[in-house]
Amino acid sequence: MQENIFELQYAIDTFYFLVSGALVMWMAAGFAMLESGLVRTKNTTEILTKNVALYAISCIMYMVCGYYIMYGGDMFLANIALDGADNADAVTASVLKASAEAGFDGDSVYSDASDFFFQVVFVATAMSIVSGAVAERMKLWAFLLFAVVMTGFIYPMEGSWTWGGNDVFGMYNLGDMGFSDFAGSGIVHMAGAMAALAGVILLGARKGKYGPNGEVHPIPGANLPLATLGTFILWMGWFGFNGGSVLKLGDVASANSVAMVFLNTNAAAAAGAVAAMILARLMFGKTDLTMVLNGALAGLVAITAEPSTPSPLVASMIGAVGGLIVVGSILFMDKLKIDDPVGAISVHGTVGIWGLLAVPLTNDGASYTGQIAGIFTIGIWVFVVSFITWMIIKMIMGIRVSEEEEYEGLDLADCGMEAYPEFVSAK
Amino acid sequence: MKLVSAIIKPFKLDDVRESLSDIGVQGITVTEVKGFGRQKGHTELYRGAEYVVDFLPKVKIEVAINDDLLDQVIEAVSKAANTGKIGDGKIFIFDVEQAIRIRTGESGPEAL
Repeated sequence: MQENIFELQYAIDTFYFLVSGALVMWMAAGFAMLESGLVRTKNTTEILTKNVALYAISCIMYMVCGYYIMYGGDMFLANIALDGADNADAVTASVLKASAEAGFDGDSVYSDASDFFFQVVFVATAMSIVSGAVAERMKLWAFLLFAVVMTGFIYPMEGSWTWGGNDVFGMYNLGDMGFSDFAGSGIVHMAGAMAALAGVILLGARKGKYGPNGEVHPIPGANLPLATLGTFILWMGWFGFNGGSVLKLGDVASANSVAMVFLNTNAAAAAGAVAAMILARLMFGKTDLTMVLNGALAGLVAITAEPSTPSPLVASMIGAVGGLIVVGSILFMDKLKIDDPVGAISVHGTVGIWGLLAVPLTNDGASYTGQIAGIFTIGIWVFVVSFITWMIIKMIMGIRVSEEEEYEGLDLADCGMEAYPEFVSAK
Repeated sequence: MKLVSAIIKPFKLDDVRESLSDIGVQGITVTEVKGFGRQKGHTELYRGAEYVVDFLPKVKIEVAINDDLLDQVIEAVSKAANTGKIGDGKIFIFDVEQAIRIRTGESGPEAL
């Protein structure tokens, strides 16, 4: 009887992982819609191509070597089907043994394949962040080449130091220092933003974005309904992102934790949207929708580092602060002439750092030393290696399209087709 | 024969069309256009930065009519499109050399 219950628990926890992973996979659609809404029509096909291709590349590279670097096992996931055991009966036996050791309310025991599936969609999320920031001027294939390196090496390395539990080049261990990042404010979001920042610095701003005296010339997005849909899709996918990161559903304590994570994730997003909306209204005199959308996402990023321990009120406050920070950060980035068409560096980078710093407020297991060490370790690693990678790609094939191609749009330059051929001319 | 070309505020199009129908105008051509006059452009806001929209959307209507209708058409358009505020638009009048109805080959005033 006890064995049957353990098998059932294994089944439900594995199933929970898979459904959460499917929800996170849908975030790829959210990013695609958000980004295609915030660029001009002449760059729509290209950014959609980029979003589909980067998701596919992430899945392949994480299968080839990313998961192996991050968590061990084998390249190409060679023996993942049987969790490393010889045959199906041996798997059942080892599952039952592990479950008995962990106890009914102990650590989660689940299928390795479900773990891979849940992890791989996080890699794609990190990579999606890059695509929005470099939109409207980067060569498609330069971006895809970077995606190979990012998802096959840069992300898995920092992932191995954090969720993987390995020492950083044998020097120190972030977990031992009290670093805690529940679902990846730093490991996924800030990492993506750092890779994007390195790319944007090398790439430069879109032509016409900044005047000679530092004045900002806005380049409004073409389709705000799509941007709004994308934000809602991301918001929904985030329940899998944070909820799944509890890793277990099959006992009362874990189920309650999952429920709190869903509740807090939603609360933080709502508070982030409202805070950004009010701040934008006070600062600009108008209610800027794009800031409201970024505010909701900022609330989500902020709570991602620790959605399980805060009370709903505290979670709302963490999200609200994220919403305030993101508005300031977007304006500040424009002052620095860091041109980020969708605000990805602010939403995921600046607010990701805030999310990590908010963890010790409610989680006694985390320390500020650990959080700051984590921010610097992940930040410097991803930024420096990304910068070098972008540099090499720039030397080999260039990363920016020609001025004329930028003017005509990347849809024609890279894809040879327009997204809306009926009512947009080539100019 | 005359061609009356009027630039008006887009939201006045229905009023203008109705008052032209009332005086017996048989057909008009409408184009969405952009431009500027004394109204100049206006500013919009995107992510905290203001920008100037130089060309405002307007509607251009073209009506070909017999000479005897001209005064009535001018009056109808002027009245219907008037809001009293800047940017109401302008009316231009051209002479028309010839008009031909493609289906029947009729020409001159009968073709209007």
